Amino acid sequence: MSDPATHDRSTRIPSTRVPSTHDLVEDLARSLTPVRRLPSPGWRTLIWSGAVLTVGLLLLPMSDLSGLRARLAVPDLHWAALGAILTALAAALAAFQSSVPGRSAAWSWLPLPPLVLWLGASGLGCLRGWLAPAANLAEPEEMRGCFVFLMGVSLPLSVLLVLMLRRACPLRPNLTAALGGLAAAAAAAALLVPFHPHDATATDLLVHLVAVLLVVGLNGLLGGRLLDRNAGPRRLPVTGSIRRAND
Amino acid sequence: MRTVRVGLRGRPFLVPGFFPARPAASGIPDPMPVRSVALSGEASLSAAMQAAQVGDAAAYRALLRDCVPVISAMARAKGVQGAALDDVVQDTLLTLHRARATYDPARPFLPWLRAITQRRAIDALRRRGRRPREVHEPLAYEAQADDGPMPGDDLERRERATSLAEAIAHLPEGQREAIEHIALRELSLDETSTLTGRTKGALKVNFHRGLKALRASLSSGKEGTDV
Repeated sequence: MSDPATHDRSTRIPSTRVPSTHDLVEDLARSLTPVRRLPSPGWRTLIWSGAVLTVGLLLLPMSDLSGLRARLAVPDLHWAALGAILTALAAALAAFQSSVPGRSAAWSWLPLPPLVLWLGASGLGCLRGWLAPAANLAEPEEMRGCFVFLMGVSLPLSVLLVLMLRRACPLRPNLTAALGGLAAAAAAAALLVPFHPHDATATDLLVHLVAVLLVVGLNGLLGGRLLDRNAGPRRLPVTGSIRRAND
Repeated sequence: MRTVRVGLRGRPFLVPGFFPARPAASGIPDPMPVRSVALSGEASLSAAMQAAQVGDAAAYRALLRDCVPVISAMARAKGVQGAALDDVVQDTLLTLHRARATYDPARPFLPWLRAITQRRAIDALRRRGRRPREVHEPLAYEAQADDGPMPGDDLERRERATSLAEAIAHLPEGQREAIEHIALRELSLDETSTLTGRTKGALKVNFHRGLKALRASLSSGKEGTDV
């Protein structure tokens, strides 16, 4: 009873399929090279944060420190700055976690609380624009400057992050890249705080939001593709031809 | 546990020598080796992956072979069937190869492998989902051209045969014989000449004259029809 069944199964399957997986195993074993184990996501987040800090220190001579001290005295502004910093750290950690197979998908939610803090505190700043009209409002060219700053700083930070993420194996490249984009945009916003010549307003928040969404979206689209290309050729030529022959 | 067993029973041919203790011809698979893969295998797989990270090709080859049935079972549990299963196994092996630096020996191996397998299985299911399998459009199905014979085909063929037979019957005796034997019964010139007692040269001449006459009579008879 069982004997013929085993026999039947082995005869029913085309013989060309069996060696293809074996060939693949042989090919992979033959092409094996020693690899350096990747540092843990926490370490890699620290490395990236170090790079962000370096960029901040390089930009420090251009900053407006006395104005910064005055602005940080306002509670919602320093909450917004803190929110941006925490969002950057949490999003970077989530991106690194999501780039390692087998880590919990729940890590992706980590940046949400600091994101709420950041956007909420910035939104409060907008309200003050209406409550205290005497506040120093942004001029259009200043806002353009903010936008250029945000994009200009986000870009190298995103590139660095994508390069670091490519070394891992993001199974969901778009999610990983979008988290990386959020990290880069939040870091750029945190770096912008010392350079901001004015208090937050609705238009200001809008500019920031547009910049952040743009960075996250671009990362999700382009970075996802970059990270996916890291996945390399889908199959070896030998198995592809065998599969075509079977079809 | 259960899924591992399904995979091992389903594709024993993929892992020759994987379970040397298993009797080859006994129909009922022994559950014991399966349990050893699921429990003690976790540690040995992890150790093999660690060895592979420092470049031990033999350990890596053994690891990949051990992984094939496990991947197969995991993919099957995800709903992958048939030929797509092999695709998923191979895609997963390739991804495993590229991702080998991300494996952390402090953590168990199978969840790492499962994450890769499930992602590749989802990819395969999406690919298959994009391919049309069923007819959801009754109108398109009805309008599809049928490869089989049309209703009038048989009648038409019979009419053609009748008109050909009629045209042949009207040929002179020598030409009719040549056409019947050489063209219709597909005899050779030698056979035809022994049958009819005519020379091969005469048969050739009669054959070609017959064909010419038939062409003339059939094409004139065809005029006015749409064939």
